[in-house]
Parts: sequence; C-alpha cells; structure tokens
Amino acid sequence: MPQSAEKVLDHAPLFREPEYRQMLAEKKLNFECPHPDQIVTDQREFTKTWEYREKNLAREALVINPAKACQPLGAVFAAAGFERTMSFVHGSQGCVAYYRSHLSRHFKEPSSAVSSSMTEDAAVFGGLKNMVDGLANTYKLYDPKMIAVSTTCMAEVIGDDLRSFIENAKNEGSVPSDFDVPFAHTPAFVGSHVDGYDGMVKGVLEHFWKGSERAQAAGAINIIPGFDGFCVGNNRELKRLLDLMAVTYTFIQDASDQFDTPSDGEYRMYDGGTKIEDVKGALNAEATLSLQHYNTRKTLEYCNEVGQATASFHYPLGVQATDEFLMKVSAISGKEIPETIRMERGRLVDAMADSQSWLHGKKYAIYGDPDFVYAMARFVMETGGEPTHCLATNGTSAWQAEIKELLASSSFGQDAQVWAGKDLWAMRSLLFTEPVDLLIGNSYGKYLERDTGTPLIRLTFPIFDRHHHHRFALMGYQGGLRVLTTILDKIFDKLDRESSETGVTDYSYDLTR
Amino acid sequence: MGLDYENDGALHAKLIEDVLSQYPDKAAKRRKKHLSVATSKDEAGGEDKGPSECDVKSNIKSIPGVMTIRGCAYAGSKGVVWGPVKDMVHISHGPVGCGQYSWSQRRNYYVGTTGIDTFVTMQFTSDFQEKDIVFGGDKKLEKIIDEIEDLFPLSGGISVQSECPIGLIGDDIEAVSRKKAKEHEKTIVPVRCEGFRGVSQSLGHHIANDAIRDWVFDKEDVEFESGPYDVNVVGDYNIGGDAWASRILLEEIGLRVVGNWSGDATLAEIERAPKAKLNLIHCYRSMNYICRHMEEKYGIAWMEYNFFGPSQIEASLRNIAKHFGPEIEENTEKVIAKYRPLVDAVIAKYRPRLEGCTVMLYVGGLRPRHVITAYEDLGMVIVGTGYEFAHNDDYQRTGHYVKNGTLVYDDVTSFELEKFIEGIRPDLVGSGIKEKYPVQKMGIPFRQMHSWDYSGPYHGYDGFAIFARDMDLAINNPVWGLYRAPWKKMKDEPLRAVAAE
Repeated sequence: MPQSAEKVLDHAPLFREPEYRQMLAEKKLNFECPHPDQIVTDQREFTKTWEYREKNLAREALVINPAKACQPLGAVFAAAGFERTMSFVHGSQGCVAYYRSHLSRHFKEPSSAVSSSMTEDAAVFGGLKNMVDGLANTYKLYDPKMIAVSTTCMAEVIGDDLRSFIENAKNEGSVPSDFDVPFAHTPAFVGSHVDGYDGMVKGVLEHFWKGSERAQAAGAINIIPGFDGFCVGNNRELKRLLDLMAVTYTFIQDASDQFDTPSDGEYRMYDGGTKIEDVKGALNAEATLSLQHYNTRKTLEYCNEVGQATASFHYPLGVQATDEFLMKVSAISGKEIPETIRMERGRLVDAMADSQSWLHGKKYAIYGDPDFVYAMARFVMETGGEPTHCLATNGTSAWQAEIKELLASSSFGQDAQVWAGKDLWAMRSLLFTEPVDLLIGNSYGKYLERDTGTPLIRLTFPIFDRHHHHRFALMGYQGGLRVLTTILDKIFDKLDRESSETGVTDYSYDLTR
Repeated sequence: MGLDYENDGALHAKLIEDVLSQYPDKAAKRRKKHLSVATSKDEAGGEDKGPSECDVKSNIKSIPGVMTIRGCAYAGSKGVVWGPVKDMVHISHGPVGCGQYSWSQRRNYYVGTTGIDTFVTMQFTSDFQEKDIVFGGDKKLEKIIDEIEDLFPLSGGISVQSECPIGLIGDDIEAVSRKKAKEHEKTIVPVRCEGFRGVSQSLGHHIANDAIRDWVFDKEDVEFESGPYDVNVVGDYNIGGDAWASRILLEEIGLRVVGNWSGDATLAEIERAPKAKLNLIHCYRSMNYICRHMEEKYGIAWMEYNFFGPSQIEASLRNIAKHFGPEIEENTEKVIAKYRPLVDAVIAKYRPRLEGCTVMLYVGGLRPRHVITAYEDLGMVIVGTGYEFAHNDDYQRTGHYVKNGTLVYDDVTSFELEKFIEGIRPDLVGSGIKEKYPVQKMGIPFRQMHSWDYSGPYHGYDGFAIFARDMDLAINNPVWGLYRAPWKKMKDEPLRAVAAE
C-alpha cells in the first residue's frame, strides 16, 4: 500500500508506485487489445519523417490541434473591457459555459457572461422569446450599465437578426429604451476569436458614435489593444508610457482590471473597463491606434469612416516595434518622448547586448495569433535569433505576405518559413524534420515540447498550466526585458539540466555566465 | 461514521425567498420550483427516520439571460462519455470552438502513446467554414475520415461528435459513418449530440450511451473468455486517476475488471462489456442508460456504488461482494481490514483540523450526493447541495444522503449561488472553475469538484487520503487571514475566524 497519512501521495507520485504500474501493465496486456509495442514504435518513428510530414501538410479537410478559437470568445473578451458590461451570447448555453471556463482557466479570475439558452424549440421558431426574457433577466439581476450581445453558430444558422430582436425586446420593456445594448454577429464558422473581438469593438463604437457629431480634439488618441491574454500587464504598462509622455488618450476595451480584481473579501462582478462616457468622447479623437492590426481591421475601417486618422501595429514588442509605436504617438499627439523612456530603451538594449552571445543564431518556432507571431519574429531577429517556423492557424494570405516581407528585411529571417492556416499537428512534423532550439507559443505547445523535445516558452494566450504570466507586460521596453529574461531562463535551465550529471557532464555546470 | 446534525432550514427558506424577490416575476416563478429545503419524510422521526426529501424541479430548460453553470449535449457526449475512450479519434464535427474549449480539460488520465495509438489530449475538428454551412459538411467528413486513416492508422475507431450546425443544416453523418466504416473496416460512431438538444449535458450522456448501443455493441465478433468474477466499471472517467484507485480495490477483493468506462478505456473494453457478470456504476446519471440496456438485452445485473470516503467504500465493497458469494466476501473483509489503519490515520490527522466546518456543493453527475459522506467522515457538515443537470431520480437518491434543513438548488444561477454563499458563509465551497474565483474573492476556501482542482484521485482509499489533505489545505491555508489590510479600520466582523488564531 503506497498511501499513508504521514505522506499523502497525489496522482503524480501515486501512480508511479509499483502496485499501480503493475496493475496498469496487466490492464493493458489482458483487456486493452493494444497493438504490439513494435508496431507502435515503428509508427511513432514514421511520424518523425519527411514522408509523414508531406502527408500531414497535404491534409485538406481535417484540422488537428488548431491554434485558434471561435468568434464569440473574442466578443466576450472584448465586452469585458467596458465599464459594467455584461456579455449576452444569443444561442445555445453550452458555448457560454465554455467561454467562461476558457477565460477563467487562463486568467485564474471570474469570467461573467450570460446566454439566451436556446434549445430545440428556438431552433424551430427562432430565439426572439429567449432574447426578450433574457435581456429582462440580465438587466434585473446583474445590474449592468451595458449589455453587449453576440451570437453563437446556432443563432447564425437559423438566421436570428440581432438588431430587430433587441429592438423588439426594448419595445416589450425588457430593458429601458435608452439602455445601451450594442451587438455583433459572431458566427463561429467564420474567422476566429480575433474577428469576434473586432466585431464587438466595432459594434460598441458604432452604437455610441452613430448619429453623433464629431468635434475633433487635436492630439487626442484612442488605443485599442486587441485580443490579448497579457492585457493585465500590457495595458497597464502602455498607460504608464502614455502618462509619461503626457498624452491625451482613451483606452478602448481595457480588460486589465476586470481580469485582475483584488482579493479583499468582496467579489466584484465588474471592475475597471473603458467608461461609457469615454467611449462616447472617443469619437472626437484625432486618431485611433490599434496595437494588433489583424484584430481590428473592421473597427479601424469604421474609425476611418468617421474621420479619424488610424494606424495599427503588430503587438509592439521589442525595441524597434516599441520605437515605432512611441514615435507614432508622439507625432499624432505632438508630445515628445521623455528622457525617462529613452533611458528605459537604453536599458533594454543594454540587457540584449549583455546576453547576445547566448541568443545569437538560436532557431525558433513561433505560433499564435497573427500579430503576436509577427511581433515575436521581429524581436527574435533583433536578438540575433532566427525565426525558422512562423505559424498562425488564423493567419490570412495578407498576413503571410506581410510577415514574409519582415523576414526578408533581415539576414536572420532568410531561412524562415511562414505557415498560414496550418495547425499544431503540422507544427509537430515541422519540428521533427527541421528542428529548432526553442518553441514560443501557449500551453497547447506542451504536447509539442514532449513529443519533439523542443523547449516551450509560454508567451501568449491561453496559458493554463503556469500561473500569473499574464500579470507581466510583454509590450514596451520593460515588456521586452521580461520576454528577454524568459527566453534566457529557458536556455540556461536547459543547459543546467543537460550538464547536471555529477562526474559525467557537469564540466559545463557553470556558476557565472 | 455519518454525523447526526440538522441544518438551519428556516434560514435557508429565508434565503430562497430573498433571492427570488430580486428576479422579474416571470423568472421568479420558474426558479422557485428549483429551490428548496430538504425535509425529513417522517417529521416525527425517531430511530427509523426516513431519508430526506429534496423535492425540486429538475431537467427542464434554464431561464434565458442568467448565468447558468450548465453545459450542453456536446459537452455531455464528447467531454464526458466519448472523449476519454483513448484509442479512438473523436472528431468535433462543426466549427472550431467546441473542440478547442473542451481540449484536454477534464483530466481523464490514461496510459498510451498520444498521437500514435492514443488520442485523448488531442483536438480533431472539421473546422466548419461558411461554405460547409451552405453546402453541407458530409463530403468534408468523408475526407476527414480518410485523412485520419492515413495519418493515424493505429486508431481503434472514430467517433463523430456533432456540434450545433450539423443538426440544423441536416447533414447525414450516419450515412457517412456507415459508408466509411465499411470501407476502412473500422468502428465509426456518429453521435447526434448537437449542443441545442435538451437542456444540459444530460441529454448528451443519453445520446452517447445510445450510440454505444447502436454502433458498438454486437458489431464485432468478440473473442473473449469471460470469467465468473468479471465486472465492468461504468461511469468512472478517471479524473486524476479515480478509476485506477478504484480498480486496485476491486482487483484486491478478487474481481476482474474487464472494462473501464470510459476513463482510460479502449474500444475493446466497451465491445466486451456484454460478456461481464456485473456492471458497477459510479456516475449513475451519465451511464445508467447503457446499464439498463445491458440488463434487458444481455441479462447483466448492475449495481450503483460509491467510492468516496471510507464509510461508503466499505458499504459499497460489501454490497458488491455479496453479489459474488462467500469467497469474495471474505477477501473483502480482509481488504477493508488492511486499509483500516490508513483510514484511521487519515481521520486522526485531518478530522481535528476540519471538524464542524460547513460545506456547500454544486457539481454535476453524482458528486453532489456521493461526496457528502466523505466530508462527514472527516467531521464536516454539508449545508447545501445541488446539481447542474440532475433528473428527478437523482434528487430522490440525494435524499438518502442529506440531513434535514439542507439547502437544495437545481441548475442554480451564479446570482443565486453567490447570494446563498453570502448568506450562509460556509467554510468551504466545492464547485467548478467558473465558480472558483468569485468564491475565493469573497474570502471563502474553494475546491473544484469536477477536476479535483488538478489534484486527485479522490476515489478509493488512496483517494480518500488525498481528499482529506486537499480539504485541509484549502480551508487551513494562511492566505484567508490576509484579505483585510491591517490599516483598514474594521467595521464589520472579521472575514472568517482566521487560521492564524
């Protein structure tokens, strides 16, 4: 009996005990009807080959381990960035349970959203009744200042029209007629979570801006951060930089406080977020800047239509990307970049110089949302690294062309390959056939790390199996320092592990590096 | 070892009243039926006091516009029943999201070479695009099955888990499955578990069971010599290794576990099930359907059991043994005696740290009733419990476990649950990931009782030690005493009697 009260073994050590190992071996032998070990080994080896890679990359219909989620998740995340806003997802209820779990598992925070709980009868007769009753319940129970409505694929397939449904619900008194109910149609079979984000942010802006007269405020800037699992650290870091520059700005869709409420005995269903008054006022800004281009294409188009200048970035991370962002802010606002920020920049460059020998020539595989992959590839090249595989399941051909241009601009990008639309099972073949030193992505990469032995660095959403990463900024010069340190730690940890065998490989177990 | 106590029924009735008063009238009327206070069948009581009644409405639609904690039929089929069958590829058929959110989230432990002969922690999706909605996805599904055959030749079979659009656009996944099964000579199971079907996960369990009946049983000639002590473990999904901590006990008393359903299962284990002598069912809610079918069709008896906490483990082991006669019964007493010192040591260590602590539960399946006695074995008191997706018979069974005055809530909304927790301020809440963080913000210890909060197993004797340790570490951690900044003048009572005292 391995278990004892003195030293309680949970699953990790318990099932490594001989009793359990024997039990599992017998289960396999007697009841599982397994393939012979040799056949399993042969197939495993085969999956590492170029031949398997070709079959794998030739796949046309099957998607395995995709690095993308569906539109409504993006809409729910977007809504969380506005003051006292409840997400209302029109469709079947299981989806909302999934979005809430997904966000909670990443942020380790509450995540609120309601559903109109449509079932078979709504599939036949439409979900209007669910909308009418649902909005009334949400309004009464959760005391929101705004209800942001999006859809699941079910509502989209049966063709429910949000604009008229919301109007009907208001006519029936579900919510007061002047209550704010912006909406976005977010079918799960179009695009990915980044498009859902785009749709909802645009929906909110349109709701508040339509029909209003724009009075231009010179130098004022709107910032849209985009779908970002690191919003807690990033948004705060960006605000610090903008404050240092004394810029007039509005952060549109700021979920940094919503996903980082303090523990003090009170549960806050809503916290922080862009104030509704500020969203209204943001119409007057001179320009709207998006930190993630592929997250905000439609929103920026709309900002442009109302007469704002627009610019977008690819998740400003690293030296040159941050430079560009700050210079753009400076140009629009007319404010200088202060000396303190120049010092910060110098410190990041200093750190990169100190560590360059450990990073130069390292090969990377990077995956995630299009803007993130672009940003990481760019920063990796700044450190002398080579982004060998750049993969975005939700990357478009426009993204592919743009990142190829980036890679062509540096000698470190010459051997890089770009994989738009491919998934993480494709990445597995790439890592076996053309290995790299480091893999940058999210928690889903842990299976790739185990299979291919490529050390994984978790730097993008979702991170389920490590804690608190999202609290630290990746953007800006300070963020760059964080990213740099994270990469270096992985390299040094690996080196230490590989040189730790006493009397055998420990000649490189160095104290000073 | 159960405790004799009663809960404050009057307080609970008042809480229900308060909560309902804040709803719009129509919603209050509907929600009222789902909330109640357990009462003794025989108020006069005495020695042979009958089990409590937990008379609430269940298994009907959630009201729209509230945060229901429930999931959908797809979650019930793919997430619970089929997903853990390890040597099959389970296609999330439809748009990308459902598969992505359920990807590797339930901790159904297994042993196998992932991506080669085992596929549980992978996400296979047909990633529906607009054109698939417009033109239908059957052609695509055919191609997907061919590609799976090509890339994963060692897979034992395939299941097609339908997402919402499949049923709405009228795809014929049964025809595709039949055709391709013949072509590849493999088991291919279409499952109509579209998320809009039914009112919760529950219908998905039922549909998944029916798919086993219709698409797995009697399809292959099963060569298997069955023995007199062959049992199937049904409705154990091996969360954190639960099924393993159970299996080791069943084998110790002399039974042969021929099938684990469905945690760590292979298709072969399911195919052979009709040859066993007895079905042992843990999660009654999700798998009673197939047990009833096996009883009718193959004459296999089935028996519910509960492996949470020593009182129920002992009772269940004896009950199971009775079915097999004196030899097994004798072994069982030896096994119970063997583990008694462990049980005593665990209780001696943890009971003083947990005695009298109150607990509120809100989970799915079987746990809202089955774990009650495990808490009571540690001297803890259950003040409230409820289910996401129970049916009437689950609440009847709950009556055997709960004490008078217990607050019972069906399909509780997050709004109600928070109000109940605020009103009762229990020492511990056991529920899911969506409830964890709001409760912890309130300064109340919490354990996830779907996933064991990344710990476990909780089943069996080995699991009980972990369960006891986990409740202790949740409740008696010093962090709960740090919530209030010392410079903040205390107007109210302290948050809770802190561990530091």
